[in-house]
Amino acid sequence: MQFASRHYGNVIVAVPSGRIDHAAAAPFELALAPLLGNSDASGLVLDFGSVDYISSVGLRVLMIAAKQLRARKARIAVTTLQPVVAEIFKISRFDAVVEVFPSLRGALGALSPEARDAYDAG
Amino acid sequence: MRRIRFWGTRGSLPVALTARDVRRKIAAALRDAAGRSFVTDGEIDEYIDGLAFDVAGTYGGHTSCVELETGDAEYVVCDLGSGLRPFGQAAIARHGPAAPQTYHLFVSHLHWDHIMGLPFFTPAYIPGNRVIFYGGHAELEHALRRQMEPPSFPVPFSTFNAAIEFVHLEPGRVHDVAGMRVTLKRQHHTGDSYGYRFEKNGHTVVYTTDSEHKLADPEESAGFAEFFREADVVIFDAMYSLAEATSVKADWGHSSNIVGVELCQLARARQFCMFHHEPALDDTAISKVLAETRRFEEITRTGAALQVTTAYDGMEIRL
Repeated sequence: MQFASRHYGNVIVAVPSGRIDHAAAAPFELALAPLLGNSDASGLVLDFGSVDYISSVGLRVLMIAAKQLRARKARIAVTTLQPVVAEIFKISRFDAVVEVFPSLRGALGALSPEARDAYDAG
Repeated sequence: MRRIRFWGTRGSLPVALTARDVRRKIAAALRDAAGRSFVTDGEIDEYIDGLAFDVAGTYGGHTSCVELETGDAEYVVCDLGSGLRPFGQAAIARHGPAAPQTYHLFVSHLHWDHIMGLPFFTPAYIPGNRVIFYGGHAELEHALRRQMEPPSFPVPFSTFNAAIEFVHLEPGRVHDVAGMRVTLKRQHHTGDSYGYRFEKNGHTVVYTTDSEHKLADPEESAGFAEFFREADVVIFDAMYSLAEATSVKADWGHSSNIVGVELCQLARARQFCMFHHEPALDDTAISKVLAETRRFEEITRTGAALQVTTAYDGMEIRL
């Protein structure tokens, strides 16, 4: 699993890639941890466009992230799910835990107009 | 080991179909018939057999009780939920009340839904029968006696006329019971629960209910995969969705279809059988979960296919 992140306005966009399976869940959790503690951010969007698969342990990491962010009134969303990953979200009911958006721009716009403007500005 | 027969498959609390549920099923069957007429009973049966299970049947409402037909004359049963009552009646009907039988009853844990059938287990009242309770809990006998004390129940445990025995089983050791190799594993559940692995004549059945998998510890998952290793059937507590089991229902002591499939794939088990259904789910909802779980197995498959089933009261699995 590879991991990158960037800011658009007051929203953090995290971009993992590859398989978030049992072996990759711990590195995924470690990579996500510093982003969750950023109190300036009003939300976190996970761009899953390059994620091929996520296991239960990977989804557990998302649940922990969602709980931490909600505790400080921040929002979490995922975007651009590959079809198989979208099915896993639906079957596990994680599509009710985190907001799912078809595009990164749509996710940013829903979380923060400022973030969408920053995205549009490139 | 020849067959598994399910007498109770519901979690937490017995449920029953209501008149409204039955009406809905009849309406669905009539809609599906679309004006067809049936002349013979055979035509009717053929039509019913073609209907979806959640229209023509029901998953049932008895709490946990599963019979393992080992090929020997002695009975082997997992858990004493409300399904134990019809099991006992069927055993008596098979042999008649005068023919003494031996019943080996394995108890996963002492929560009410897993022991509530015992006061209604007629074979325990019949002299000449032998009833042996097995479990990992030191309080097993106390719990079974206590639920039959006033003011909870009018008939005391001491009324049982069968020969009653209690056998404490240690986890991690191999026990020889009724010609089977039996091992048990302590599971994460309030007050602990125990999963059982039964092996005989090259067949393996794992009964693992009321078991929460916390997912934080890879060694814990590996331990369960080892316990399930190459089992013919894993009867698994899939009461909640993964999202529920890791959020609002975390620490409630139950698991999900997703984790069950993953562990069975890791264990190279052959059949994953969902069990301990949430009482709030109706037949349509359980059928939907079954279809989704089959799809999940398909999209995550890396080796041989894992057969996915969901238990219903009356279901039989031939080994």
